[in-house]
Amino acid sequence: MLAWTIYLSFAGALIEALLPKGNAALARWVALLVSVVGFGIAVAGFVSAAGQGRVVIADAPWVLTMGIHYTLAADGISRVLVLLTGLAAVAGVLFSWNIELRTNEFFAFFLALIGGVYGVFLSFDLFLLFVFYEIAIVPKYFLIAIWGSTRREYAAMKLALYSFVGSAMVLVTLLAAYAASGSHSTGLIELSHANLPVSFQMWAFPLTFIGFGILAGMWPFHTWAPTGHVAAPTAASMLLAGVVMKLGAYGCLRVAMTLFPHGMDAWGFSFLGLGSWRDVFAVLAVIGIVYGALVALVQTDFKFVIGYSSVSHMGFVLLGLMTLNQIGITGAVLQMFSHGVLAGLLFGIVGRIVYERTHTRQLADLEKMHLSKRLPFAAWGFAVAGMASMGLPGFSGFVAELQVLIGSWTANPWWTAAAGVGIIVGVAYTWRALQRAFFSDVPPAPHVHEHGNEHELAALTWPEISGFVLLGVASLLVGLWPRVLLDTIEPAVKALLAGGAQ
Amino acid sequence: MNYGELFRVTLPETVLEIAALLVLLVDLAFLRKAAMQVRAGVAAVLGVVGCGASIVALYNTLGGNVSFGGALLLSSGGVVAVAQIAILALTALTLLLLIDSEFTRHPGEFVAVVLMAASGGLIISAAQDLLVIFAGLELLSISLYVLTAFGKTSAKSAEAALKYYLFGGMSAAFLLFGFSYLYGLSGSTNLNVIARAAIASPGSGSPLFYLALVLVAVGLGFKVAAAPFHLWAADTYEGAPVPAAAFIASVSKVASFALLIGLSEVIRYPFGHVHGTVRFMMIHSGPMSKWLGFSMPWTIVFALLAAASIKIGNLAALAQRSVRRLLAYSAVVHAGYMLIALAWFSEKGAQAILYYILTYGVTTIGAFGVVSVVERVTGSDKMDAFLGLHKRNPLLAGVLLVLFLSLAGIPPLVGFWAKFNLFAAVLSVGAGVWPFILVAFAVAFSAVSLYYYLQVLKRVYVMPVVDETPIRVHPATMVVLLTVAAAVVVLGCFPALLQDWIAQF
Repeated sequence: MLAWTIYLSFAGALIEALLPKGNAALARWVALLVSVVGFGIAVAGFVSAAGQGRVVIADAPWVLTMGIHYTLAADGISRVLVLLTGLAAVAGVLFSWNIELRTNEFFAFFLALIGGVYGVFLSFDLFLLFVFYEIAIVPKYFLIAIWGSTRREYAAMKLALYSFVGSAMVLVTLLAAYAASGSHSTGLIELSHANLPVSFQMWAFPLTFIGFGILAGMWPFHTWAPTGHVAAPTAASMLLAGVVMKLGAYGCLRVAMTLFPHGMDAWGFSFLGLGSWRDVFAVLAVIGIVYGALVALVQTDFKFVIGYSSVSHMGFVLLGLMTLNQIGITGAVLQMFSHGVLAGLLFGIVGRIVYERTHTRQLADLEKMHLSKRLPFAAWGFAVAGMASMGLPGFSGFVAELQVLIGSWTANPWWTAAAGVGIIVGVAYTWRALQRAFFSDVPPAPHVHEHGNEHELAALTWPEISGFVLLGVASLLVGLWPRVLLDTIEPAVKALLAGGAQ
Repeated sequence: MNYGELFRVTLPETVLEIAALLVLLVDLAFLRKAAMQVRAGVAAVLGVVGCGASIVALYNTLGGNVSFGGALLLSSGGVVAVAQIAILALTALTLLLLIDSEFTRHPGEFVAVVLMAASGGLIISAAQDLLVIFAGLELLSISLYVLTAFGKTSAKSAEAALKYYLFGGMSAAFLLFGFSYLYGLSGSTNLNVIARAAIASPGSGSPLFYLALVLVAVGLGFKVAAAPFHLWAADTYEGAPVPAAAFIASVSKVASFALLIGLSEVIRYPFGHVHGTVRFMMIHSGPMSKWLGFSMPWTIVFALLAAASIKIGNLAALAQRSVRRLLAYSAVVHAGYMLIALAWFSEKGAQAILYYILTYGVTTIGAFGVVSVVERVTGSDKMDAFLGLHKRNPLLAGVLLVLFLSLAGIPPLVGFWAKFNLFAAVLSVGAGVWPFILVAFAVAFSAVSLYYYLQVLKRVYVMPVVDETPIRVHPATMVVLLTVAAAVVVLGCFPALLQDWIAQF
């Protein structure tokens, strides 16, 4: 059943591309319909498969002579991420309700991207996974380059090339693993049972991990993320931070760690205290957490604050993966979901609700506008989303980051200590942004009056409010009742740890 | 060998020649007074029918070899048949581009020369003898020089043809020189005899032999536009009339790679001083490349050409502003990818190369078709001429999007699958670390290539539109382009279709 999320999205993209130009309303409703039905399927698939392990959805020979199969399957991790994708897709459509320029093309690229993302999360054949992974690259480019803002062509090209370089690394290891296992199969299960030599895994693991890690915003390959997020139109920012970065993290988990578990073995010597690739990537993740938070603290552009906070939050995901224990990896997957929802919420408020009305994202300008009085819903919404994002109990971020920290404590207490610094700085940059953008007491600049900027800002529209409520409720639900996701994630992680990663 | 037999076996080539004469006859005798559109249409259709008839003849003569005095001159079946059918199909496709062009007032002659070039291509893809190779190559090359010069009102066309001719003549001289050494060393012009002599006689380790190899590599490197023998490509692609450029980019490439495959199949055995036991094993158990790794002269030569082509082609393409020149440098890059599979040659690799070159040929013809439409309206093939194409003709823009993304190797388009298949074949040879390094090099550079393809697509879709007047496309051209784009998508989604078809020969 879940496979229909893929087909439906691509069919939707095709229909959008063929729709008559100029009928923006029709394009919007079609996109909303497609994404809502996709979300519905994701929910139904999630509920109906409760308690089951890996379920094969489709398995047909694709290129028989080369052992390539069209294998779609879902385990608990896939189901949670498909759910996230559906959620982000619906919210993305709602938050791009005001796109007037080439509307049908916008939603065509949007749905093509969503279809590729669904495909990656459901593929259990490495070749197929790679195909979907690359399908997601091109729509991103056009979404940013055509509908973006600040330096959009630069940011779009940077993102496309970073993604493509990352996928080139993955392609190299895909080819090598296929050849090294005797060119029989590209199935993830078959390859993970192929007993690839440890010396092979030792170089294939870091290459694959970095290849996928680029898209997950791993420091120091994260620089596409802030520029890309800032330049992208709101819905694309939401998708980029919300699900596309998860593609990278998912690839690290599903491909790098499962196929090449011995790549994380100790080297037998230690360099600067690092004794294995696992240490290296964990340290990079910790640096990402702290660095992203510190840089977010000094940004003058509201959207850059959120952009760098994404780097910081994705650091938790990577750190969780590198703990290699049950609770840490579970936390990482939960953090993927949580950050996907919260990043969507934050980008929605900043990019759509605030920017579209004030036409500025500079904190210095926003300070003078007293938005808490003029856009109370946005102000309180950001306060709630910000608190969720900084990890306040009761929201999804808290449960996820706590698990990651507990997991990393068992693995290496120093990682936890350093990541804790990131959390504290996270509180600081969120408060700073909240205070300056919404609740400042700086007197309004005189010229603002002259230009009549003190007029009422347009009221919030129903798509904005419903998108906000959708994401906010999801975060709250997971925060208050984490078992709803954990019951699905935990068995899958357990199976993964037993089968592959140590 | 009697002439009846020869006629029977070379029926496909003969059919093409008859079709060429027929086109000339019809055009000169009956259509002198007709409108240009009609003449071009009739000539193109006759040419396509000729190609079709030739394919039918090819199917019927499968398995017939031409030999003379016990030595094989032309082989058939297997990869040769695939290459020949590919040549004919791509020729037909290029001819369809002619229907809507205006560069010449002599469509009959143009089609006739195209068909002769195609028959030259058929001959070299099957040739097993140095002399036959050379004759076929000259038939192909000279026709190509003429085709390049066909835009008689365009100075660029004349310039391109002259450059192409001078480079081509030079490289043919190198090739012939190399052939003469091979003949001198082995006493035969037959490839199989040469290969056997090279393995069997200790004298074949002489430096002369390496000299001969390098000379041959120069000649054939020129044909496939491998760096550093690629300099003609950009000028020729830019100056030649579109159907001629498309023909050079597709059919001529298929024929040249088929020739290289034919050569590799016989000369892949190592030359030089090898131990008697090893030599014995080689004769009896096939290629030794598996154990000897990076030591075959051919492997070294091809690997160097491949690396140079990938690097130089990609870097030069980055700087181009003309889409035709961009396609030329991208052709250099794609030739580089295929040369890797020639360097570490295998049966699978041969099929992968043919798959690659066939699908690449189709894609390039489509790309040239789009370029020709844009060029006719804007008068330029510069990237900026493509500004706002998505508004001026969305369908054409869509076709270009599909074709360029396929060239860049984005799944699920056929270009990606061709690349994957090719590299997987190279790595399955299991020759150690060198092929892997080269494949990694190629994959890394394919990330660079996305940049320049996106430069064009950026103008089509992203940058501000300056001129919104719609572009009209001749329905026949549009049908061809849509078919090509559809083929690129369908073959990309179902790679096994073509794969299995190639494997059945």
